[in-house]
Amino acid sequence: MPIRTVMKANEAAAWAAKLAKPKVIAAFPITPSTLVPEKISEFVANGELDAEFIKVESEHSAISACVGASAAGVRTFTATASQGLALMHEILFIAAGMRLPIVIAVGNRALSAPINIWNDWQDTISERDTGWLQFYAENNQEALDLILIAYKVAEDERVLLPAMVGFDAFILTHTVEPVEIPDQELVDEFLGEYEPKHAYLDPKRPITQGTLAFPAHYMEARYKVWEANENARKVIDEVFAEFEKKFGRKYQKIEEYRTDDAEIIFVTMGSLAGTVKEYVDHLREKGVKAGAAKMTVYRPFPIEEVRELAKKAKVLALLEKNVTFSVGGALFQDFSRTLVNEKEKPVIVDFILGLGGRDVTFKDLDEALAIAQKALNGEEFDEVNWIGLRKEIL
Amino acid sequence: MAVRKPPVTTREYWAPGHAACAGCGCATALRLATKAFSEAMEEKYGDPDAFAIAQATGCMEVVSAVFPYTAWKAPWVHVAFENAAAVASGVEAAWKKKGLKGKILAIGGDGGTADIGMQALSGMLERWHNVVYLMYDNEAYMNTGIQRSSSTPYGAWTTTSPPGKYSIGEDKPKKWVALIAAAHQIPYVATASIGNPFDFVRKMKKAAKVDGPAFVQVHCTCPTGWKSPLEKGVEIARLAIETGVWPLFEIENGDFHNIKIQSPGGGAKVKREGGKIVAIEFKKPIEEYLKLQGRFKHLFKQPEAIDQLREQIKAMWKVLGVEVTLPKPEE
Repeated sequence: MPIRTVMKANEAAAWAAKLAKPKVIAAFPITPSTLVPEKISEFVANGELDAEFIKVESEHSAISACVGASAAGVRTFTATASQGLALMHEILFIAAGMRLPIVIAVGNRALSAPINIWNDWQDTISERDTGWLQFYAENNQEALDLILIAYKVAEDERVLLPAMVGFDAFILTHTVEPVEIPDQELVDEFLGEYEPKHAYLDPKRPITQGTLAFPAHYMEARYKVWEANENARKVIDEVFAEFEKKFGRKYQKIEEYRTDDAEIIFVTMGSLAGTVKEYVDHLREKGVKAGAAKMTVYRPFPIEEVRELAKKAKVLALLEKNVTFSVGGALFQDFSRTLVNEKEKPVIVDFILGLGGRDVTFKDLDEALAIAQKALNGEEFDEVNWIGLRKEIL
Repeated sequence: MAVRKPPVTTREYWAPGHAACAGCGCATALRLATKAFSEAMEEKYGDPDAFAIAQATGCMEVVSAVFPYTAWKAPWVHVAFENAAAVASGVEAAWKKKGLKGKILAIGGDGGTADIGMQALSGMLERWHNVVYLMYDNEAYMNTGIQRSSSTPYGAWTTTSPPGKYSIGEDKPKKWVALIAAAHQIPYVATASIGNPFDFVRKMKKAAKVDGPAFVQVHCTCPTGWKSPLEKGVEIARLAIETGVWPLFEIENGDFHNIKIQSPGGGAKVKREGGKIVAIEFKKPIEEYLKLQGRFKHLFKQPEAIDQLREQIKAMWKVLGVEVTLPKPEE
């Protein structure tokens, strides 16, 4: 029987790792995800998880050790956030290029400077071009489930790419919520043992991994990462369906909420989706035709789903906790690219908000709504809007 | 008819066809190292192939693994410049979980070890992974075209330490990474040289057989970077030993009071106390080593710089507990 309990997202991530039975874990503590390796240390110390836990001297070595272990053919896990993920940056490209299905749990946190330990998505968003799959959790249950899902997708032979699962700093990492811990037997059935088909650092079948490629071969290697990302779209749908069948919880790349007759759809990710759904209920009571959409999968970018979503709205209001300088937010770039050649397309308005842990309140969302309504009414509007800025201290 | 046993196995793990320069001393080092490793694995585990290699970016990496070819007949992985030790940590942990018997060999040049990879190396040693880290020391960043590293010796020309009106070349003493490694109190640390291949093979075997981490720093010549004759690599490396420039020693379990010094040869007079070498009177001046290399050519116009180098070498030997006499060339 699954255990129904309460826990923080960090604990949920540690539980997910325990259930996935990685053979090697390598981690370095960083706020807000420190509890993940702490909890895993306990599991290993108590014999509840039979794994080698390498207590490395940096995040750079954490991901490097994961690459080494994964190159040796075992399931691996690590957790980090913010500067830690940034320190891994170089190796993230390599993990994807070497097609190693490592999974990282990321407590989404702002990047320095100024140093700030609170939530936004700039850390993972900054890694969107590394080739890694990216999932974002709305709550602690999703943090647990998406890690299991991430392994299943990452290790699929059609994919073989690493994956990161983000959950918001403090809003989720340190907040206790009800979480259902699935049965180990069911997880074992769902994930199975990770047994790579090819020889991985096997003395009896020696192969060379991580070579140098001249211009004659580099582009093709990069294309294979592109292709694997494309393949992941279908695999993710299959894995979501299988997960629902086994565990009863339904996941979609983009989860829609009250979008059927909506004129304005707010699109967001992570824990903010909960706030926005509630805000949509509030608007509906006032007769405003608003809906919400949550991006559960951000890489591969769900192009078809975005196009379907776009057909339902006159205005797409993107609520983003990240900045891509000059352009606005990363979602704004992705949505624009996805819809640019569509014959009929909604107006897209971008909102940057909640950076570095700034609360996102209904008042802030009212401000965003007012701008979205201008766009809806054909009035002039700014494409990129910073919401909740304290203009008096600028 | 009796057949003499070869001094080291005829098995090859570093295959012909790699793209190293003619006369590359480091290629010699890797070939000998893997042969020695294989012998140790055979003796320890009954399986000469029971090892995997994690290698840092560097000249020996790029010349050995150009897709779709490989010079490696052992399982081999390269990730980046600074993390061979961390990658090896992961490989070792994975092997442990898979129940594979054997040892991991991590390889890095002086740039990937003494500089950018220092932190990962220290972490790996301190965590006590069952890994041998082999630093092939050709005393500069040769992969990118001969820039100075912290392992470049005093006075040497490199493209980023050029001699000039205000410069004698590299102006800092060489960093002795073996001593830093020994400070981790790991089971085995040694310096070696392609100028004494028997000693090198013996040390690699010893390193491969200990339980826990080991570190070997092997001095190997680079005709391109040292501006030296292609065919004189081993001779130059041997001169480094015989003139006192390159000490051969072993430190076990971080015991700096019992450093084992290997006799330098070359006619040097060795004084022992209780079996330990306490003083060496070298007969060949360091100039004999320096003069064969274009990278030191400019020093001969500034003999005080060579004297400075001599002082540094004496100081380094003092750390090893040996008083040395370094002669000046006869006028």
